[in-house]
Amino acid sequence: MPPQLKTLIPLFAIFIFLFLLGRYLLVPESFGEQGHYRFNSVAENKDLSLQYAGRDACAECHDDKALEMESDMHAGLSCEICHGPGMVHYDNPKAGQLIIPDQREHCGLCHATNLTRVDKIAQVDLADHNPDQKCIECHNPHLPWEIAE
Amino acid sequence: MGNCRVKQSRRKFIKAAAAAGGLLATGIVNPFNAVIFATERPEDPTKPWWGYGIDIEKCIGCGRCANACKLENDVPKEPFYFRTWVEQYTIKNDGSVKVESPNGGINGFKQTVPEADIFKAFFVPKMCNHCHKSPCVQACPVGATYDSPDGVVLVDESYCIGCRYCVQACPYGCRYIHPEKNVVDKCTLCYHRISKGKTTACVEVCPTHARILGDLNDQEGELYSFMKNHNCLVLKPHLNTGSKLYYNALSAEVR
Repeated sequence: MPPQLKTLIPLFAIFIFLFLLGRYLLVPESFGEQGHYRFNSVAENKDLSLQYAGRDACAECHDDKALEMESDMHAGLSCEICHGPGMVHYDNPKAGQLIIPDQREHCGLCHATNLTRVDKIAQVDLADHNPDQKCIECHNPHLPWEIAE
Repeated sequence: MGNCRVKQSRRKFIKAAAAAGGLLATGIVNPFNAVIFATERPEDPTKPWWGYGIDIEKCIGCGRCANACKLENDVPKEPFYFRTWVEQYTIKNDGSVKVESPNGGINGFKQTVPEADIFKAFFVPKMCNHCHKSPCVQACPVGATYDSPDGVVLVDESYCIGCRYCVQACPYGCRYIHPEKNVVDKCTLCYHRISKGKTTACVEVCPTHARILGDLNDQEGELYSFMKNHNCLVLKPHLNTGSKLYYNALSAEVR
């Protein structure tokens, strides 16, 4: 064996060992299982908690309201569009009170006059149509075309 | 004269070397291709390959999707970062385009252009396109963002180093740095919901059914029939990102 190799071989062996050790310590578990990423992260993304329960969940208890809504223009809308996320309330009905928006601006999000949504939805000029009253004083939001006297 | 000085044998050598070099280069690059695009559309039709449809004709710009997304996914209300947002496009009679998105549309829109000047106007909801050949995934230096096996582009929060390369790489502007966590954040297509059989928060609250979540592998599915029945386009097709967000009635003005 040439004398140069006698010193170089152990040196290379140490480098290779250190590289493998570093790699073993630094590459996280499940990295590269399915591609160039940590595969456990897929499960971590799945495990996040839900906030929106979905319409069917609401209808399990509030079936009367769900049925009522089906008879008018707001049929098919999800309860959580207006009432906000309801998963906490679904898990524990006593906790997590949902919101009941009563401001004119809330109805205006969909129904305020805007040329961009013309012909798509019933529109109201908020500045002109009974500006001092709340929409829900006359319109039942579950049955919007049933107008209170 | 110059030609004569190059020997025939040298010319042959250069030719052979170029061919060998080319072969070697493709041999080196190809395996990397396989790493970058590791996720392929599942051939088994029972396995999902998530896609998304947006019907611009139906969107009324209520901004409930942007609001629901923030509540579902713990996106900070302010500063104004969004995983999904709505833009109001107004095309004026003189051909100029005005795009507005005040607070992503969460507080509603006002038409700021006088009616006489408007040629046409529409709302465009925007979100991550969940590209199959995502520029953001390719830009990530540490493998903290990736295509899941069912075609959703996800972020590994614990592995992201917050270098912002992907924010720059996304041609659709769909990523932001989470101000509290200091890592990148983006639409996950509500991966925690869709993997439990529920739909995304934005689809859940869309009052006009302008948003459709679907499995592109499911030929009986809603998204499949939406794409079949409408003339669907993707944003920036010239970039060849393999976007899986399909828009109906997409105007050329939309960027």
